[in-house]
Amino acid sequence: MPFNVLVLSCVVYVIFLFSVAYLVERRAARGQVAWLRSPLVYTLSLSIYCTAWTFYGAVGYAARSGLEFLTIYLGPTLVFIGWWWVLRKLVRIGRQHRVTSIGDLISSRYGKSNLLGVIVTVMAVVAATPYIALQLQSVTLSFAVFASGTPEGWALPDRDATAIWVAVGLALFTVLFGTRNLDAKEQHHGVVTAIAVEAVVKLVALLAVGIFVVWGLADGPADMARRIDASSIADWQLQPGRWFGLIFLAGAAVICLPRMFQVLVVEDGDELHLARASWAFPLYLFLMSLFIVPIAVMGLERLPVGSNPDMFVLTLPLSEGQGGLAMLAFLGGFSSATSMVIIEAIALSTMVSNHIVMPLWLRFRPQAAVSGDLRRIVLLARRLSIAGVLALGYGYYRLSGGSAALAAIGLISFAGVAQVLPAMLGGIFWRGATRVGAAAGLSIGFVTWAYTMFLPSFGPDGAISAQVFSEGAFGIGWLRPQALFGIEGMDPLLHAVFWSMVLNTAAFIAASLLTFPGPVERLQGAAFVNVFDDGDAGPRPWTRGRAEPEALLVMTQRILGDAALGLFADEAKAQGKEGYLPDANPEFVERLERRLAGSVGAATAHAMISELVGRDRVSVEDLMAVANEAAQIMEYSGKLEAQQEELSRTAGALREANEKLTQVSTQKDAFLSQISHELRTPMTSIRAFSELLMEGDAPPAAVTAQAGIINTEAIRLTRLLDDLLDLSVLENGSVQLTLGLANLGQMIDRALVAAGNTRPERAFTVVRTALAEDVFLRTDADRLVQVFINLISNARKYCDAATPRLRIAVRHKGGRVTVDFIDNGTAIPKASQVLIFEKFTRLTDPTRAGGAGLGLAICREVMTNLGGSIGYLPGQGGAAFRVTLPLQLER
Amino acid sequence: MRRSVKRAPVPLFLPRPDYRLRRLVDAARLLPLFGGFLWLLPILWGPGETAARDTAPDGIYLFVIWAMLIAVAALLAPGLANAADDGAKPLADETGADSTQDDA
Repeated sequence: MPFNVLVLSCVVYVIFLFSVAYLVERRAARGQVAWLRSPLVYTLSLSIYCTAWTFYGAVGYAARSGLEFLTIYLGPTLVFIGWWWVLRKLVRIGRQHRVTSIGDLISSRYGKSNLLGVIVTVMAVVAATPYIALQLQSVTLSFAVFASGTPEGWALPDRDATAIWVAVGLALFTVLFGTRNLDAKEQHHGVVTAIAVEAVVKLVALLAVGIFVVWGLADGPADMARRIDASSIADWQLQPGRWFGLIFLAGAAVICLPRMFQVLVVEDGDELHLARASWAFPLYLFLMSLFIVPIAVMGLERLPVGSNPDMFVLTLPLSEGQGGLAMLAFLGGFSSATSMVIIEAIALSTMVSNHIVMPLWLRFRPQAAVSGDLRRIVLLARRLSIAGVLALGYGYYRLSGGSAALAAIGLISFAGVAQVLPAMLGGIFWRGATRVGAAAGLSIGFVTWAYTMFLPSFGPDGAISAQVFSEGAFGIGWLRPQALFGIEGMDPLLHAVFWSMVLNTAAFIAASLLTFPGPVERLQGAAFVNVFDDGDAGPRPWTRGRAEPEALLVMTQRILGDAALGLFADEAKAQGKEGYLPDANPEFVERLERRLAGSVGAATAHAMISELVGRDRVSVEDLMAVANEAAQIMEYSGKLEAQQEELSRTAGALREANEKLTQVSTQKDAFLSQISHELRTPMTSIRAFSELLMEGDAPPAAVTAQAGIINTEAIRLTRLLDDLLDLSVLENGSVQLTLGLANLGQMIDRALVAAGNTRPERAFTVVRTALAEDVFLRTDADRLVQVFINLISNARKYCDAATPRLRIAVRHKGGRVTVDFIDNGTAIPKASQVLIFEKFTRLTDPTRAGGAGLGLAICREVMTNLGGSIGYLPGQGGAAFRVTLPLQLER
Repeated sequence: MRRSVKRAPVPLFLPRPDYRLRRLVDAARLLPLFGGFLWLLPILWGPGETAARDTAPDGIYLFVIWAMLIAVAALLAPGLANAADDGAKPLADETGADSTQDDA
């Protein structure tokens, strides 16, 4: 294919991309961005992970190391299908804090520290340089492939010249679309859409070559599998360390690469898009990797020995005479390289201008924060940074000789950016991570990486002398770049990744544990780690100083341009001051800072605002004041809550007491009415018969009878009053007990005798067990006999059996004696079993034996006083009571 | 001093939809671990050490797992997208689990 056709198609392709980007920018300017924000565009833009390294390098990698190339895509797949772990949080933080770059994220998290911004920026630029060089190299190589295959005899273009032209062209494109405006947020719709188009082109190109190889050159998948196993690729050795290490490295890189962070978080970070991309992006990687091995195998099989496997994607179709396919592959590779370079340059230039150029500018010209056209300076800084980044890439390409395998170069870059991982993950998951810790980890990791991997990549005697390689720096053996601490025999890549990550993480954790974070740092730490909690995390820092709204407007205008007017007008409307400038209250100033941070980075925006609001920034006192206020409010509400609880507790207690009182009152009423009834009945008869006696005309026999009735009733009254008195004494516990030793059997004898005059006409069989009764108790014998008498007379009174029988069973167990009184009459119904021990309780009383219903109540009180108890014993085939008392009553 | 402030009581049991959502999140979190395990398995059988030339089967194994993971992730994604959209609140307690960390 003629070389100029190639160049022409390149130019046409670039113009096509230009117009896509231009049209999209115009639509975006008119606000028609809905379809741009679709998950599809988002996913496709993520595909800049697949650079020329994937497009060309993966085949070369597979040809050299077999399936190991897959690790580069397996790692990111795991990160994406596990998006709920890290990516979701990153995206949310990015959106909430208007993060503009990975450097901004780190700087913002650790107290808007510009030092960290600078460190991350330098690391990112250094790490990206080999990668950009790799893209230039691959494009140059692909040009060379076409050039060398030309029969027309035009001169082989100078490789370096090609690289320069490619670099310049890319710089121009990036400047044109990457720095057209200072967005409120660093979003570039035009570029992103162009990238999405390129993503499609490279996927289609690689799939086309793959399909051609599998179904065109080979005989379908089965044949392909045979060829794979027959080829030299099948000789590859899986090295467990490298396999694991590379999966980890690629997974780390996919979140730490500045360009991935740019498309993942900055450009259109959105959880919904992320959900779709969580499987769609792995699918893209899957498709990109699917035909890598077949192409490599076929290339090794068909192309002459010694041809560069990195270029198989191009050379294979060319050698088979498929010019069109080769052209498509060429455009695919071109797309991969350009899209990566463009986004990387944008991301890096944002970081360079926000973290290095702007702070320097403000440092040397402090009045610039208050006057002067900042927009122009920011844009200029970005444009120069883009050019600088590409120049660095070109420089590395020249220095490294452009000869190393593509894969090796890419991995150097990966390991470099992976150094950000500990500070980043620590920052979003661990509130204890501090600025000093992050700085320590980043620097140590970076230095280790540079010493063990980056500098050696220039080759022996490149950046490090061969002597250092063999003997270590300063002649110290354990400082050899590829055998740190004297550990030899490790794979150099694994060695570098292992030591840099281990030292990095250790330094990060140790320094974080030992240092104390500043106030802003703690606020930001809380806001980042708890980003999913509702509400504004952290109090507002701008509580002290006062800024003039005019000054704020002027400053904002210089960064945002005309958008600033709209912003202020909206704010004024929200404050109800339409037509005027809004008040510069803390909330507004904070919102403004976030908005500005979206353009110039958190650290710079913070510095500029503090220029206007007051130099003192946020002090510990401010924080304490805010914290105190919050604490006081919480304490106050806590107190209120406690008081309320106490009140409701008191109310509950009162209610209970009231219920009890009511109950007691009814009981008392019932008692009084009972007792008056009990007193009244004998009194009535006494009064009636005494009136009869007073008339004096009754015969003497009647007088005797009437006086006898009066006497009986008086005795009954006395007994009742005695009982009542007894009960009240017992209930008060003021009873005097006469303790002494007494034989249980003798006491029962006494009780039986005494109870004998109750219904003496009935013949009662009493069953006793003499042996068990022969026990001496230390108790008040008279009182106990009183209880027995009561129980026995009750049995005599109420037992309704034809041949009444009373069984008295005695048992002792564990220092306690139980005496059961069981008759063979009707059992007491369950409902009444509890009642019978209450005062004035009489069950249906057919015989009306003249009790007041106090007997069992007295028994209960006596037993309580004797340290025992009395209860009804159900289920004995008759009325049964059990008296329990201790063998020895201790007073 | 602020430790004494009570946190809103967290219900012990959740209604069915919330429960399903949490298990969905569990699945999403476990999926990469599962995938990583399967992809690290080849270390155990050590391809290359065996005499048989089995690069093609190994490659197919890796790709089949890959396809499987993508399919499962695609099945989980819609539910999770809803969760991320409006479910941030019920899940906040879980993700901000270390929010009790002392910062006083």
